[in-house]
Amino acid sequence: MTTEPLTDPTTGPDPAESRETTEGRVYTVTGGDWDEFLDDNSGEERVVINLGPQHPSTHGVLRLVLELEGETVTQARSVIGYLHTGIEKNTEYRTWTQGVTFVTRMDYLAPLYNEAAYCLGVEKLLGIEAPERAQTFRIMLMELNRISSHLVFLATGAMELGATTGMTFGFRDREEVLHLLEFLTGLRMNHAFIRPGGVAQDLPEGYREKVLEFLKVMDKRLPDYDKLFSGQPIWKQRLKDVGYLPLDGCLQLGVTGPLLRSAGIAWDLRKVQPYCGYERFEFEVPTSTDADCFARYLLRVEEIRQSLKIIRQCLDAFEPGPVMVDDPKIAWPAKLSIGPDGLGNSLEHVRKIMGQSMESLIHHFKLVTEGFDVPPGQVYSPVESPRGELGYHLVSDGGTRPMRVHVREPSFVNLQAFPAMAEGGLVADVIAAVASIDPVMGGVDR
Amino acid sequence: MTDSKRTTPDPGERGSSAERPEPGLEPAAQGAGADADRRGPVVAGRSRKGMFGVRGSGDTSGYGGLRLPAHVPPQAERPYGGWFDDVADALLDSLRAKGIDDAVQQVTVDRGEITFYLARQRLVETCRSLRDDPALRFELCSSVSGVDYGPEVPQRLHSVYHLTSMTYRRRIRLEVAVDVDDPHLPSIVEVYPTADFQEREAWDMFGLIYDGHPALTRILMPDDWDGHPQRKDYPLGGIPVEYKGGAEIPPPDQRRAYT
Repeated sequence: MTTEPLTDPTTGPDPAESRETTEGRVYTVTGGDWDEFLDDNSGEERVVINLGPQHPSTHGVLRLVLELEGETVTQARSVIGYLHTGIEKNTEYRTWTQGVTFVTRMDYLAPLYNEAAYCLGVEKLLGIEAPERAQTFRIMLMELNRISSHLVFLATGAMELGATTGMTFGFRDREEVLHLLEFLTGLRMNHAFIRPGGVAQDLPEGYREKVLEFLKVMDKRLPDYDKLFSGQPIWKQRLKDVGYLPLDGCLQLGVTGPLLRSAGIAWDLRKVQPYCGYERFEFEVPTSTDADCFARYLLRVEEIRQSLKIIRQCLDAFEPGPVMVDDPKIAWPAKLSIGPDGLGNSLEHVRKIMGQSMESLIHHFKLVTEGFDVPPGQVYSPVESPRGELGYHLVSDGGTRPMRVHVREPSFVNLQAFPAMAEGGLVADVIAAVASIDPVMGGVDR
Repeated sequence: MTDSKRTTPDPGERGSSAERPEPGLEPAAQGAGADADRRGPVVAGRSRKGMFGVRGSGDTSGYGGLRLPAHVPPQAERPYGGWFDDVADALLDSLRAKGIDDAVQQVTVDRGEITFYLARQRLVETCRSLRDDPALRFELCSSVSGVDYGPEVPQRLHSVYHLTSMTYRRRIRLEVAVDVDDPHLPSIVEVYPTADFQEREAWDMFGLIYDGHPALTRILMPDDWDGHPQRKDYPLGGIPVEYKGGAEIPPPDQRRAYT
């Protein structure tokens, strides 16, 4: 398959060790040059330590290399790639619909955002729009997902700082969201529920009661977080004025999401460039000007509150109608149905295509195996994920498979801000800073 | 399936120059140096032949004569519509004030998004104008991504930038196409520090060399990795899936593709 030598002739063999660049010496610290690195960089007072990639406080398989003078961090670098799975490349070998099942596995704490952003991109390429009921359904799912993602931030963030009660609270309440998502979509995570053209299935019977029940539980439990954390002296001491990143730093480093809003700019794509019909809903974008870890914590709790508000409005916004575009060339021909072993093809449909209509069988077969053509061109489709701007750059060359799927992952971009937040602070503050970025390594490494 | 001779459409074919507007109306033709780095139109896709993914056998499908030329993004005509004209005018003015008139090679408007195809040697100056000019103010570089259009496409490697203006709530796309034998282009880290990780990723995955990047090292793959995995001629890899009774399904990159 490969037609050219794998080693790039223009740069020579890939350096596994250090090398000189315009900005000084660059170390790759993959192991080969660790001794050399220590010889060059550690003096009497200087210590270089390695944190991770397997460390309970680094928020996943994230590796941090810290240079210390006593307790103070003088330089910090992050090393990533431990969870690289090649999802972007894999999607190029699948149909556009199959792509959903891949992208949902990137940021595994916000799978529905990946699906939604990807599908909005595909729909833009196709020049279609999902029906309103599907869009409202998407919004409800995304907001539920935002709540579960922020709860994991609270849970893991608290655990990394030693507040294990916060962890049990966070994961307990996240379970409630996951149960509800399972009821609505069939799966707790990696749903592959949002599809190009709409969603896979209409709302299940009794959804209203279930969602209202969930809202009631959350209304009761959310104040507990304030009670547990907001006024707590230890929590405040660990987070206040820690991980400071002002607005100009955020803009230069491309930081978005709660980090940017904690620096004082109300930049939320749901408000400034609405998609899926967010303009129909009433909610606030909480901001702060403190630009520290504590502000980010407060903002996320407030965002959960706003999400609950949106979900409540969604329940009243559902109008009867289809949840998939009325285009048999795109929409899956089989109405899925729930059987004893989960969501699957409806037996009625199978009976029809096998017994009555040869044309339906051919159509079904073609659409499932071949997929649909997407006219050539490229789009960029951003949504506001719990971590910031999640953008899909989709390129089609006219075939039934993507030419390129690039994901602008907010975790990946925001992680660049970690040295700016950690350098000059104490080692303990590094953990708080990383926790406040809330990177998900599945999204960072893709 | 692909035919290397047919990367640029012949006159009269779909997407060929006969269908495209006259040159001279738009920035592409300004300055003699504009095309020094450029050979022919931007090609963004593969040409196709036949159907049903039939390869290596006689034409049993009857569709062997079917030919589809590669996609060529058309040059947009004025007015571009909406705020696109304001941005294009402000950008060209700002560049002209710096004495640059060969930066923008082509402007394409498609699906409500505007793309500026740039000459690579003018990329950094263009970004600086886009960020600093009060009429433009693209403060945020949202995304940098590489695209490889495959071995048969001229200037197959593209570096694509998505810029966001928070002041005006606008988004634009910049695109630079380079040859695979000379994949050099300037780094924009000095203008947008956020491009640091993203350019490293594009180097890692596509082998795009961003000159002037402070530390262009691999970021997702191990440092001693050979090759650039997201290039089209880099195999996906995989093993066949085995089923009971000896049935096998080939790995995804060897299955029949209908594209």
